[in-house]
Amino acid sequence: MTTLAPNNLVYDRPEGFTETPTHYCPGCTHGVAHRLIAEVLEEMNLIPRTIGVAPVGCAVFAYNYFDTDFVEAPHGRAPAMATGIKRVLPDRIVFTYQGDGDLASIGMGEIVHAAARGENLTVIFINNANFGMTGGQMAPTTLPGMKTTSSPNGRDVETQGYPIRMAEMLATLDGVGYCVRRSLHDPKNIRLAKKAIRMAFETQARGLGFSMVELLSTCPTNWGMTPVSSLKFVEEHMMPAYPLGDYKVGAAVATIKI
Amino acid sequence: MSKELWKGNEAIAEAAVRAGLQAYFGYPITPQTEILEYLSRRMPELGRAFVQAESELGAINMVYGAACTGSRVMSSSSSPGVSLMMEGLSYIAGTEVPAVLVNVMRGGPGLGNIAPAQSDYNQAVHGGGHGDYPRIVLAPASVQEAIDLMGLSFDLAEKYRMICMVILDGSVGQMMEPAEMPEMKPIVDRKFEWATNGAIDRERRILSSIYINPPAEEVANFRLGKRWQEVQANEVRYKEYFLDDAEFVIVGFGTAGRVALSAVRTARSEGIKVGLLRPITVSPYPYEVIDQLAGRVSGFLVTEMNMGQMYDDVRLAVRGRVPVEFYGRTGGVVPFPDEILGEIHRIAAGHWSREADPRVSWQTRMADVISEK
Ligand SMILES: Cc1ncc(C[n+]2csc(CCOP(=O)(O)OP(=O)(O)O)c2C)c(N)n1
Ligand code: SF4
Ligand SMILES: [Mg+2]
Repeated sequence: MTTLAPNNLVYDRPEGFTETPTHYCPGCTHGVAHRLIAEVLEEMNLIPRTIGVAPVGCAVFAYNYFDTDFVEAPHGRAPAMATGIKRVLPDRIVFTYQGDGDLASIGMGEIVHAAARGENLTVIFINNANFGMTGGQMAPTTLPGMKTTSSPNGRDVETQGYPIRMAEMLATLDGVGYCVRRSLHDPKNIRLAKKAIRMAFETQARGLGFSMVELLSTCPTNWGMTPVSSLKFVEEHMMPAYPLGDYKVGAAVATIKI
Repeated sequence: MSKELWKGNEAIAEAAVRAGLQAYFGYPITPQTEILEYLSRRMPELGRAFVQAESELGAINMVYGAACTGSRVMSSSSSPGVSLMMEGLSYIAGTEVPAVLVNVMRGGPGLGNIAPAQSDYNQAVHGGGHGDYPRIVLAPASVQEAIDLMGLSFDLAEKYRMICMVILDGSVGQMMEPAEMPEMKPIVDRKFEWATNGAIDRERRILSSIYINPPAEEVANFRLGKRWQEVQANEVRYKEYFLDDAEFVIVGFGTAGRVALSAVRTARSEGIKVGLLRPITVSPYPYEVIDQLAGRVSGFLVTEMNMGQMYDDVRLAVRGRVPVEFYGRTGGVVPFPDEILGEIHRIAAGHWSREADPRVSWQTRMADVISEK
């Protein structure tokens, strides 16, 4: 790496990151989500106390990037593993990082019940409307009419069902302290996403229940789009189907000032 | 400490507590539910973790998470639930973290019934989850032995960074027997150098079962293989009865071994020189002692509460040198000592089966015995 003079340095690796070059595709917003988490952990001085739980999906190697303890869960089971960790180490910060196949398909049981139990966990949920890692099959979040390798003619809701809106669904559960949806498609929304991630970790740090931030994310590779057009796709097609918003902010969470 | 009357499942739960259990995660299923119910009271009372999970999948992955922190953790279930846990067991094995799982086996396959059976032997000992992985399996035959093996199971799991399963059947789980509990052990932080419990004052750690590079996975599998050789060399446990002058030997584990012992005692009182070998570790299996016995006895009778699963392990050790007969009851039916005594009489009279697989003539003989009533 070339080193820059400090006065020219405008962008640096957050302390929460290791020096691992990214394995994500160009234009993929998984990396943006990672960076926001690392920045929040650094700002909250949580790095030594944090244990992350990686999913099965493109983020399976998330543990390579974060400078915290990490475990790697079976597909969909991250909330159960995180429950096990948090119950024996209640003073640690435990978060899962999960894709939409992981969380909303195979891991639906685990996520719903972790939320219902009000586990003091933080979940970062990457909704990219497909199974990225396995080559772009239909996910529960795939938009109606959207072509994937397993819905080649476009998702037909008559035979392949309707998209699942996780943030809305989990927000109905009493164990949830904070549950919102944000998007990673432009700088303004990225800033808002970071704020939400901060709120989610604050919720956990104060023992105020389950917290989840759903992030609308890109998958240029499997969507067959350029990075720029996939950002547009998020704005024009995903946001109408998955409205951004605060689906639940518990009364105690609402008083948190950051 | 003096003996008290304990129900098997509750004794297992209390023995685990006294061994320093820090967390229990489970899901109700007969005939093991008393373990979960007992711990739902006992663990919170001691300030320890208890969660009734949403499913056995949830439970085993909670176990997996807690195991990664280096805590003493267990789950318990019965056959259909244990099947659901196989994914988690494979990951736990691949990550090389210690965990204890109790299977109070019931009649199967499928939903089967809730009566005592031993038909998950192959799943526990030979199969189960995917991938090359060894695991320790202990098989108690009484409430006292179950208590003693619970303490041992945690020690073995941690020593070898391996799953330790305790398999029993509903009759041991539900039976009341006088037994002695060990003293309460304090919870100790074992400071495992692999535990992911927060990188406070140390380098961060990662626990995963991924070896994306095949040669690295091969190295990992050989490491597990080497560790398994150590287990095989040091941890084989069994009980022998009347073997010194035995002319033929019964082999049975758990309840089947216990029932066989009654039959052997009666046969001895009749002057028949029969002995009993009851494996306590069914994995690692006591191949060596059977190998030695095969050099001097005229044959074996394997008795199980299944269609003949451990039977294959006995045959492996005997290597065709002498006949190995089989007698089993299955589907939740427990054999009476008289049934095994009948087999002893047949063999003592010199009627060994002649075919390559004596389970064939056993099934033929059973035609008169098995009925839907
Ligand atoms: C039990 C099991 N079933 C299937 C798979 C194969 N698999 C790996 S990743 C994946 C989908 C991941 O999609 P998602 O969670 O949306 O993550 P993304 O890659 O899109 O970020 C599947 C089905 C697996 N690893 N384990
Ligand atoms: S396949 Fe899609 S989700 Fe996975 S890294 Fe590439 S762009 Fe990102
Ligand atoms: Mg996805």
